[in-house]
Amino acid sequence: MTEKNCREEIIFAGFGGQGVILLGKLMATAAMKAGYEVTYIPSYGAEVRGGTANCSVIIDNEPIASPLVTEPDTLIVMNQASFDKFVPKIKPRGLLVMNTSLIETPPDRDDIEVMGVAADEIAHQLKSPRSANMIALGVYLKKRGLLTPQQVAESLPYVLAKRHHDMLDVNTRALMHGG
Amino acid sequence: MSEKILITGNEALAEAAIRAGLEAYFGYPITPQNEITEYMARRMPEEGRVFVQSESELAAINMVFGGAATGKRVMTSSSSPGISLMQEGISYLSGAELPAVVVNIMRGGPGLGNIAPSQSDYFQATRGGGHGDYRTIVLAPSTVQEMADLMFPAFDLADLYRIVVMVLGDGVLGQMMEPVLLEKKQTHRKLPAKDWALTGCAGRSQNIVKSLDLVVPRLEKRNLMLQEKYRRIEENEVMCEGHLLEDAEIVLVAYGIASRVVRTVVSRARKEQIKAGWIRPVTLWPFPSRQIAAAAERARLFLTVELSYGQMFDDVRIAVAGKAPVHFTGRAGGAIPTVEAVLDEVKKLMQPGKVAVER
Repeated sequence: MTEKNCREEIIFAGFGGQGVILLGKLMATAAMKAGYEVTYIPSYGAEVRGGTANCSVIIDNEPIASPLVTEPDTLIVMNQASFDKFVPKIKPRGLLVMNTSLIETPPDRDDIEVMGVAADEIAHQLKSPRSANMIALGVYLKKRGLLTPQQVAESLPYVLAKRHHDMLDVNTRALMHGG
Repeated sequence: MSEKILITGNEALAEAAIRAGLEAYFGYPITPQNEITEYMARRMPEEGRVFVQSESELAAINMVFGGAATGKRVMTSSSSPGISLMQEGISYLSGAELPAVVVNIMRGGPGLGNIAPSQSDYFQATRGGGHGDYRTIVLAPSTVQEMADLMFPAFDLADLYRIVVMVLGDGVLGQMMEPVLLEKKQTHRKLPAKDWALTGCAGRSQNIVKSLDLVVPRLEKRNLMLQEKYRRIEENEVMCEGHLLEDAEIVLVAYGIASRVVRTVVSRARKEQIKAGWIRPVTLWPFPSRQIAAAAERARLFLTVELSYGQMFDDVRIAVAGKAPVHFTGRAGGAIPTVEAVLDEVKKLMQPGKVAVER
């Protein structure tokens, strides 16, 4: 399937309503369908629209013992509050994908790789403002190459509620955009 | 049917319960197990079975009593504070010897606490929980797949022994998603006819289901019968796994979500030339005392890891019976011990020349 010891721990974070929980489910589902072992843990309960939301995903080609992510290899972050909370946790030499539409300052670390994407602006250009999450995920996929945007797009129908299936096409295009 | 799907532990458990032949579900909402009640609300009517959202936990457990008395497969689910409210009913079910499955997806306590994961209800689950000399079988899944798989033995054990079976998970196991293969896992147990059930007594003598007995010798006899049953369960129903115990100098004991942290700790410790192994009780009662005692013949020391401040720790000490020092590390109130913290504890305990003092 893939090379040995392929393991990736990702935290997706943003405010409630930005679709970060959906991103985690989407990535986990696509990785499962590609034959990987996966775990997905959401922050749950006290989250409300406008509050912070996050989830963690582990993708591995070996069975996953602890599903808990304390230091992610990758952080995909959509807003300032989540950026402040999670950037210090990224592993040294890890990857940060940040939504520069809503995060103003660059990270205060020089030991990580940083990819900025104006996810909200690009989503607006695509006439689908709610697809900013998919823009950010597309940037990550292009960089890491663990799964192709096409592979991930194929899992959209499984995680997107049926009432939102009119957004399948535009979300696929957002994933393919790649920043 | 052989395709893996990505679902939460709560949903996996609920679907498996339906496939295991659940006929009536009674429950009252509480985080972090609401997905069970929500799932049952949708699926049970689809199957033409009974779903009731009760007005309280007290009502739910007494509906379980009523449903069980008619010989149907019944269950309820809740989380820590809700399970505390159900203790009277669980004691009554145990006294009346009614089969039922009670799911506890534990959260931080004491009191109303919080909604984050915890394992602080171990004492309550494994010591009966309510009043009187009784036990419940306690099953502790550690993966989403096992949340589903253990529901089949849960219902069969309940029917086989006419006992309450508690499935003890935690907020992480309930909320997390993992790939699951949903199958009907037969246990191939031969289950006795429910000839004690209240099904209408036309053409046969009357059945009576109750826990009250004011005649001392009769209630004593009933207790002795229960004790004999509990000894049979201890003899026959222990489930447990272990790994790398052949040469382990330090044995880590953990159940549920903590056992997954421990697996990672042990594999990292091995890479650093520390001879570590692990034991995971699947049944918390009956407790795998023999398996732990056998490991104590070889190991230098034990470390119990829990999302509590040391509850299963007591059972490990009883099983080890002084053959080796037993140490504890853990966090509670919704916090989870990290791999790094537990590994540090292992290294500290395994320092050469270190004199091991318990705790």
